[in-house]
Amino acid sequence: MGSHRDLPAGMVNHIFTNSGISSFTEFVGSYAPDLLPGRNETLAAPVGDRIPHATTIVAATCAGGVVMAGDRRATSGNIISQRDMEKVFRTDDYSCMGIAGTASTGIEMARLYRVELEHYEKMEGRTLSVAGKANRLATMIRGNLGMAMQGLVVVPLFAAYDPEIDGGRIFGYDVGGGPYEQQQYHSIGSGSIFARGSLKKLYRENASPEEVVLALIHALYDAADDDSATGGPDVTRKIWPVVAQITADGFHRLSDEEVGGHVQTVLQERMSSPDGPVAPLR
Amino acid sequence: MPFGYVSPEQQMRDKADYARKGIARGRSVVVLQYEHGILFVAPNPSRALHKISEIYDRIGFAAVGRYNEFEALRLGGIRYADINGYNYARDDVTARGLANLYAQNLGQIFTESMKPFEVEIVVAEVGDSSDEDHIYRLTFDGSVFDETGLVAMGGQAEAVAGRLKERYRDGLPLAEALEAALFALTEPGGERSPAGQLEVAVLDRNRPHRKFLRLAGPRLERLLAEGAATPPPSGEAAPSGEAEAPATAPEGDVDTGSNG
Repeated sequence: MGSHRDLPAGMVNHIFTNSGISSFTEFVGSYAPDLLPGRNETLAAPVGDRIPHATTIVAATCAGGVVMAGDRRATSGNIISQRDMEKVFRTDDYSCMGIAGTASTGIEMARLYRVELEHYEKMEGRTLSVAGKANRLATMIRGNLGMAMQGLVVVPLFAAYDPEIDGGRIFGYDVGGGPYEQQQYHSIGSGSIFARGSLKKLYRENASPEEVVLALIHALYDAADDDSATGGPDVTRKIWPVVAQITADGFHRLSDEEVGGHVQTVLQERMSSPDGPVAPLR
Repeated sequence: MPFGYVSPEQQMRDKADYARKGIARGRSVVVLQYEHGILFVAPNPSRALHKISEIYDRIGFAAVGRYNEFEALRLGGIRYADINGYNYARDDVTARGLANLYAQNLGQIFTESMKPFEVEIVVAEVGDSSDEDHIYRLTFDGSVFDETGLVAMGGQAEAVAGRLKERYRDGLPLAEALEAALFALTEPGGERSPAGQLEVAVLDRNRPHRKFLRLAGPRLERLLAEGAATPPPSGEAAPSGEAEAPATAPEGDVDTGSNG
């Protein structure tokens, strides 16, 4: 390009140089690599339980979309470090992600991922395909592998509305990346085993979004029942799970009143049968 | 004096004339405030090459002139906005910062390279109320103009701005603002661009998260029909037969930007 591009005048030069890549992460990696998470020096010793961990996220498909819910607890070892943490993030108009594992790394990753998707959309004038979005997240998780080995593990759960099939899709990951597309429902985090067992009995194909929200809150309740790191509904402080619903109308985070109503229904039922709804045996 | 010496004044004037001629060849773009935000309208037959774009949550971009040049500015602006929003917070990205970046870059190109950019751009930011809206217009030499209400740029910018002022008032509803923009963009007695050849977008302050929205297809056609149905304001005479100056190289001194 022109001679002005070669002048050492700081950002003006590089920011206008077209690298031909529409990825924000790639651009930041060449422009200001220190801003990216997980690319700096390794830790002297593994951090283990000393920094807050985020716990259980559940997601399930519904008729024409997908619903994701997360509890609100973050723990450092046996301490509850935060009661009202948010672990489900809107990443663009038709997708969201939940995080489990190291809270700080997860939040930073969610923030970067949101910019990544928007950046592509603005640069290219089109939205990434759902598979493209899922793959992009896998690359970011893999980039964190070094830190994960040191104890800063973060594993996301990704859900998106796919206009191609007019329905929701769910992708799981491990510390090495992924993605693993999941059918129907999935859960991550410390309480995920209990939540998944619960969802296995409560999930109905093509249920309405409201029914799926109820099933997910039941699943989170079961996870909190058996896993000390997962927080149940906090009735005294009125802290309810974060619930996000994505359909053709886009991302919608349910208000506290909406979630509170569903939580009340669940609590009412648990008053009479503490283990929740009973699935028919035959 | 060496042979072939050209004084700096002459050089700058030549560059400015060159850039102005290039810009005047293109069609106009108008940007105006309406009831709920800021409206961008550009006659643009191409569906792929945009003249109007989103930069960030509250910031939009419109340009006239050479596509490859303003596209480079657009992409650079998106990088600047995203990196600052990621590094600090999303609210810390402002149109003012972006306008300064563009001004610096355009100014440097104008003085240092053989050929100046043949572009004129608008950076607009929608606020929580119309008083907090900002519209900055930048010219090829890096001058920044802080505009209020409406801006027209490109070929016949003055004539277009004049027609737009006839119809413009504060707080126009969207359909009427669009009607005013089309009235301004159409030469008196000329034919209006069909909906398919218009690029229309808004920064709507009532939208959540990202305020920028492209209007196209049935939605745009509905708005156009609605706007055409509303009678023009009462003071409006029949299109006055004022002789519009054809697009030529503007006269006058080099734009120093100091009057902005």
